[in-house]
Amino acid sequence: MEAVRAENLFKTYGHGATEVKALLGVSMVAHSGEVVALLGPSGSGKSTLLTGLGLLNPPEKGTIDLMGERVLEDGKAFGDLAALRRSRIGFVFQKSNLIPFLSAHENVRLILALNDQMGPETYTRSQELLEYLGVGNRSRHFPEELSGGEQQRVAIARALAPAPPLILADEPTAALDSQRGRAVMELFRKVAREQGTAVVVVTHDHRTLDVFDTIYEMEDGVLSRAEKTA
Amino acid sequence: MNLAMKDLRRQKVSFSATALGLGLLFAIVLAMGGIYRGLVEDATLLVDHLGADIWVVQRDTRGPFAERSTVPPALEDRLRAQAGVASARSFSTATIQRIVGVRSLRMTVVGLSWPEDKGQALPLVSGRHLRDPHREVIADRSLGLALGEILPLGDETFRVVGLTQGMLSSGGDGLVFSTELDARAILNWQAPEAKRVEREGRLARLAVTELDTLSNQDRLRDERFNPPTLAPFPANAILVNLRPGASIEEVQRGLEAWPDVTAYTAQEQRDLLLKGVVEKSRKQIGLFRALLAIVSGIVVTLILYNMTVAKTHDIALLKLLGARSSVVVKLVLNQGLLLGALGYGFAILIAKFLFPLFPRRVLLGPGEYLGVGMLVLILVTLASAAGIVRALRIPPTLILAG
Repeated sequence: MEAVRAENLFKTYGHGATEVKALLGVSMVAHSGEVVALLGPSGSGKSTLLTGLGLLNPPEKGTIDLMGERVLEDGKAFGDLAALRRSRIGFVFQKSNLIPFLSAHENVRLILALNDQMGPETYTRSQELLEYLGVGNRSRHFPEELSGGEQQRVAIARALAPAPPLILADEPTAALDSQRGRAVMELFRKVAREQGTAVVVVTHDHRTLDVFDTIYEMEDGVLSRAEKTA
Repeated sequence: MNLAMKDLRRQKVSFSATALGLGLLFAIVLAMGGIYRGLVEDATLLVDHLGADIWVVQRDTRGPFAERSTVPPALEDRLRAQAGVASARSFSTATIQRIVGVRSLRMTVVGLSWPEDKGQALPLVSGRHLRDPHREVIADRSLGLALGEILPLGDETFRVVGLTQGMLSSGGDGLVFSTELDARAILNWQAPEAKRVEREGRLARLAVTELDTLSNQDRLRDERFNPPTLAPFPANAILVNLRPGASIEEVQRGLEAWPDVTAYTAQEQRDLLLKGVVEKSRKQIGLFRALLAIVSGIVVTLILYNMTVAKTHDIALLKLLGARSSVVVKLVLNQGLLLGALGYGFAILIAKFLFPLFPRRVLLGPGEYLGVGMLVLILVTLASAAGIVRALRIPPTLILAG
């Protein structure tokens, strides 16, 4: 099933002499259980595409469908974008971006609370996810007490908590050494396979491309599908 | 999940210190109101306590609390003869400062009309009321006198037989109650040398009259001799109580026809006191209080705004994760309310334990606490609004900027 489909996206920043065309008719699809890489140099439009798919920075033209449902068309939103973000999209960033005053457990439960899930089952769900990602024994610790790799695992657990059909990750391994970076990418593949989630990852790390099912390359606002070489 | 509380548990010390600082500010706002109420209470305490229907004072003066007023004690007899008057008693009061032992005591002496008034209506915290017409006093505890302590005043010594609490003059000085005669003697006391000089003066004045005989000179030289032609010590006012059913206005009108006195009802005397003694203080305290409230508002706003700014990244993250605006509003508002509540709690503690040590009375009632509590609530709500506006403007994409 198509977790996300983007068709003919256009996005322009500024105007006149300062105008920058960030997306020029970009189209892409990510299926449930698929791990997709977005490659490209800085300023190529990867982050614009990711924020567009994440319903944070809607493109002016084009359509975005989530799980077969139209959510954006030519800049017009169908429904509450914030509500769609909290229930259907998980985010993972370059830095873990955990809330510093919440423990690992609470960071995961936070997204459930934002989705109005408050009961005791949220404790179980949170603990299960942390254990699934190998940081179950660190659940009571605060972010500053966790290593970079552990923080990223907690961030992935948070992204997975509401069981979204789509996870968007923006250079999630940039702050990690190669070994931990690879471990995180493999986690994404595991999550995609076992949870049926589509994972779209912006990355510069060519050493881990073997993990991905599909690779897109972006240059000057134009997206093209790349062949897997590894 | 209460994010506000979760955030605060990581910064207990700094949050508590901030709340304590605010508590001190709120305590000063409380104190200003309490000091004003204390001023009113102190100013009107005697008028209310003495319970006179009419105050008869020196003509065209505002009475003993506003200015110097002297009336002859014999006025009592003239007043008793008036229709509708049940009783008339002299009243004397003045503030004096004396060295007692090593202490410099500033006190307001008040005369009680013996034998009708032995201080029965005074709220004693220890000791007893006056039993003897002379050389006994009831003193306020604020003066630091002990029960049984001997107080030298003028030529006499007075034993402290009873202690009151919170009986202060409009100037904030502790009250000392004696019989009216003793009060007049204390207030009109002259040093022996002054008396000797006065006797010499009398002899000199006698020398230029046709009464200048040897026998008269001898009399004037005798220090025990008091010329019958000299007036006794004056009182400051005569307090009149009316018979049941008598009209205060009618008696007052009748007394107004007398050329040597002015008569005020108790309410008029009270109003004069409040307008004369308290009015300027009230305005001053009111203005100071308004300024303090504004300063508190600015301080709270800055604190809450900075607390919000410090959480910019976390708020952006919450919004990116899809948090409703209400989640962000609650986070800021709850912290504002918690800060206000904790600060106000500190203010109450300060009021309870520190204000009684103030030299002047700080009188706080439930209304005062409620009023300042409401003010704090309004201040923190308005101040939180500044933080909320800021928080709602934080773009979720800020997270992606790194």
